[in-house]
Amino acid sequence: MSTKKQLVIAVTALNNIDSPGPGIPVIRALRDCDDFEMRIIGLSYESLEPGIYMKDLVDKTYQIPYPSAGTEMLLSRLLAINDIEKIDLIIPNFDAELYNFIKISDKLKDAGMATFLPTLDQLDARDKINLFSFGKKHDFKVPEDKTIYSVDKILDAVNDFEFPIVVKGKYYEATVAYTIEQAEKSFHRLNAKWGLPVIIQQFISGSEINVAALGDGKGNMISAVPMRKLYITDKGKAWAGITLQDESLIELARRFIAATKWKGGFELEIMRTKEGDPYIMEVNPRFPAWIYLTAASGQNQPAALVKMALGENVVPYKTYEVGKMFIRYSWDLITNIDQFQQISAFGEL
Amino acid sequence: MLKLKFAMKLKSNIATSESGFVFNPATGDSFSSNPVAAEILLLLKDNNSLKEIKQIILSRYEVESSQVEKDLDDFLTHLKENNLLEL
Repeated sequence: MSTKKQLVIAVTALNNIDSPGPGIPVIRALRDCDDFEMRIIGLSYESLEPGIYMKDLVDKTYQIPYPSAGTEMLLSRLLAINDIEKIDLIIPNFDAELYNFIKISDKLKDAGMATFLPTLDQLDARDKINLFSFGKKHDFKVPEDKTIYSVDKILDAVNDFEFPIVVKGKYYEATVAYTIEQAEKSFHRLNAKWGLPVIIQQFISGSEINVAALGDGKGNMISAVPMRKLYITDKGKAWAGITLQDESLIELARRFIAATKWKGGFELEIMRTKEGDPYIMEVNPRFPAWIYLTAASGQNQPAALVKMALGENVVPYKTYEVGKMFIRYSWDLITNIDQFQQISAFGEL
Repeated sequence: MLKLKFAMKLKSNIATSESGFVFNPATGDSFSSNPVAAEILLLLKDNNSLKEIKQIILSRYEVESSQVEKDLDDFLTHLKENNLLEL
């Protein structure tokens, strides 16, 4: 019989589609870790999230209420799932659900379910709406932006920045607008999809680099792996990417963690200008969808998070393999209507 | 006399292969080069001087000395433009 620790880990964001959520890559990284045995519980929002049907990765999936249903609904559902599954740890991976999970994290803990999440203050500090002032306070280069609540305010913002400008949704998506008409169109689309406010940001041209990192909540960096997107989809998602050797990017992540005492995984989206200046374009408060590359290059961030969440002392990673690549692909998973029916009608599979 | 516009040392972290593939781990950029350029890259990597490289190329190929100089100069310009040389 195995003497390894047996863990039940619940993971969200099973939407492993063309614009993928991080759930499946997180699970894949966890499965790579030999230090514990695990049962993976998927937490889904919709019946067609591919991860629900990936039985080699996800042992069982339960549907949970949308973030808009509020914390009480979420807590009650998670407690009910916990009665069956005895969950050790939950790893939420969507920006939009983090607020609720953080709010109920103490109650989850009381019920035996650990999390390893930033505080609400940390979450707010890196919010798109506050990022510029955050950068100013801690001496990070961040593009200037304007938060607007009505379409006619675009004109004011445009007076401050030259075209092109970047129009960003509250939670996700950004488009580059070259004219006022394009900016207005983007505003309406992003408002309809993600709500207000919409952010108008100064356009910075350069090379797009991302850093996946993990903080221990005490100001120490456990891991940081920089990656350059080699191919980008029309939704701005990486189709292929490669790990980079650049101490300045790792130092940037270290400074971010020291400044925020960030707890958990996050992603820095950086634009490095021709002059070499790294601008922080966005800070995503959770693991990115390319997180498996960290495990493949020698720094298994999801596994390190699990260990920290369970109270183990984790030694910071020192090295990773430079030039490790990922290339994303699509694959038609075949299943039967009874499986779809099961998750749709009963909320579990 | 070969006129060098730039220093000719490849950045130390640049990876090259015999097939002519070049990878810059700091930027993620990669390049393919033709067989002669691949030879020159390996010679640069081995810290040969430009004069030595010229002589080696002349000994291996039937080519005018002035042509080698011109091509080497062009090639180094490419390397510089792609941020592969030590400044």
